[in-house]
Amino acid sequence: MRRAVLIAVPYFWLLALFLIPFAVVFKISLSDIALAIPPYTPTAKDGIWTMLSQLDFENFVFLTQDDLYWKAYVSSLQIALISTVLTLLVGYPMAYAMARAPEQWRPTLLMLVILPFWTSFLIRVYAWVGILSGEGFLNQFLLWIGIIDAPLTILNTNIAVYIGIVYTYLPFMILPIYSALDRLDGSLIEAAEDLGCSRIRAFWLVTIPLSRNGIIAGCFLVFIPALGEFVIPSLLGGSGTLMIGKVLFEEFFSNRDWPVASAVAVILLLILIIPIVLFQRNEQKQVEDGS
Amino acid sequence: MAETVFAPWDDPTEKPLIRFRNVTKRFGDFTAIDDLTLDIFEREFFALLGPSGCGKTTMMRMLAGFENPTEGAIELAGQDIAGVPANKRAVNMMFQSYALFPHLTVWDNIAFGLRRESKDKAAIAARVEEMLKLTRLEKFARRKPHQISGGQRQRVALARSLAKAPKLLLLDEPLGALDAKLREATQFELMDIQEKTGTTFVIVTHDQEEAMTVASRVAVMDEGRVMQVSTPERIYEAPDSVYVADFIGDVNLLHGTATPSGDETYAVTWSANEAPVQAASTRSFSTGQTCHLAIRPEKVAIYKDKPEADNAVQGKVLDIAYLGNLSTYHVELPTGDIIKAQVANTRRISRRDFTWEDPVWVSWSKTAGVLLAE
Repeated sequence: MRRAVLIAVPYFWLLALFLIPFAVVFKISLSDIALAIPPYTPTAKDGIWTMLSQLDFENFVFLTQDDLYWKAYVSSLQIALISTVLTLLVGYPMAYAMARAPEQWRPTLLMLVILPFWTSFLIRVYAWVGILSGEGFLNQFLLWIGIIDAPLTILNTNIAVYIGIVYTYLPFMILPIYSALDRLDGSLIEAAEDLGCSRIRAFWLVTIPLSRNGIIAGCFLVFIPALGEFVIPSLLGGSGTLMIGKVLFEEFFSNRDWPVASAVAVILLLILIIPIVLFQRNEQKQVEDGS
Repeated sequence: MAETVFAPWDDPTEKPLIRFRNVTKRFGDFTAIDDLTLDIFEREFFALLGPSGCGKTTMMRMLAGFENPTEGAIELAGQDIAGVPANKRAVNMMFQSYALFPHLTVWDNIAFGLRRESKDKAAIAARVEEMLKLTRLEKFARRKPHQISGGQRQRVALARSLAKAPKLLLLDEPLGALDAKLREATQFELMDIQEKTGTTFVIVTHDQEEAMTVASRVAVMDEGRVMQVSTPERIYEAPDSVYVADFIGDVNLLHGTATPSGDETYAVTWSANEAPVQAASTRSFSTGQTCHLAIRPEKVAIYKDKPEADNAVQGKVLDIAYLGNLSTYHVELPTGDIIKAQVANTRRISRRDFTWEDPVWVSWSKTAGVLLAE
């Protein structure tokens, strides 16, 4: 009995915080837009059976008819993918340097990585507007040292979005990789060198494969939120930056079309869940093959 | 036995495989190795023995190429190897932690070094199979390191370091993680493999029994210096310093002054109230020179009545350490000194002749002890 209660607690939270909200969103995505509060119909007030009988997949069909939606999905995937790779390229060397730093420095370095979280994410992204704009610090600096003659247009382009995502999600990449590298036994690298590897080969053959789990975790932690990112593309991106998070926001708040917005969210969730499930299944298989 | 004894160190024409020449290694202010000169010969099983922090691991790391000497030179087969990186040396190391690659199977771990030499696939496979057979690991080739036992991991580490047929194999506390029974079995296995492959082995250990069992020669180290290099028998029977006598095995030390009392024999005055004891020594001492007489407990006999012997001292049993096969009697002399006498328990314990507080005589012959100046 006590055991059942103990096990029930985490399942209750899972139900309350994930499954019920998802069921609500899914239900709205199957409803129709209405001028009412809440702005959709049918609702549970109409009676459960009436409500269920009026649900349909109209909104999902609509998403396939207007090419805005699939273009936004593809563009988001592309931006999320490129920024994840960029974050990995920036984050891995940082995590590596941290893991190789003298023991007494590491807590400080770790602190520095976490420090940005102490200020609001919105303010930090907004600060980049000041850095990247035409009269911003970056352009002024580049003009001053004479590399460029005219200010670069960075703000309101996809480049600014990449910079914003890399900057914002860097800690999420660094922390799991750092923890994987920190656990790495230094004698493994020595063993690889002893067996004839150069430093670089030892890195490729031992360090990278052994930090693989950290890399994967970091990439997921960056890719997933970047895919649905809304604040960064709205503040730093331009009119040409098409991201599904922005589309979702507009459907929800500008058009007040909750059913379509919910359908967009459900598809976004599926885009994320399906590859993750496939990936985990593959991992499971590999582990089983190994034993 | 017509077989010639393996003793290249006694042959002046023999060229050593490894030569430490006045090697000093400092880490900041700390001197890990202090002006060390040492020769190690081909096919030797050489043990570096000492307490932790004595510099034995530093010596090994210098041989492997992970550290370079601050001063002096290390030669491998006549070549100075300072500056040659670890991956270019014909030296392989078996790590204390084994350092097996957790993401690779046993087979791939053993093949790791061979693949770096870009040998063809068939040659690598043949060599790996040979190593698996040598270490009796054929059944575990497809397993990952975390799926095998500690003893098996130890053998994988050995197979991996031997796969490239190095001129010199370094073993850093190779048996430290094994339990006592397995350790003993593995010691003989190591000796067997060393003999089969003809590789020169240098083993680092703090376990003197292990060093004595496996090694052809043992270097006893302390604070970055080599105290004595010799065969295990000579290290045990003829230590040349009090440190070595005390470090290896158990020993009774009597402090006194020497007086020549015949041909290579000295009378050692060790107490004002007791008669001097006789000790034979090839080392010469002048009259009145301070000396230490080191006697192994198993060379001390214990009696109820005064025996006919070169040296006999009376005392009483203070303590008995029962070790199963042996018992060590701690006998307190009237001077307060304690002499340990070790006796094989050839009879059942209920028939023990001596018990606590019994007055007894301890005795030893004049050749039993070693007379040391320092």
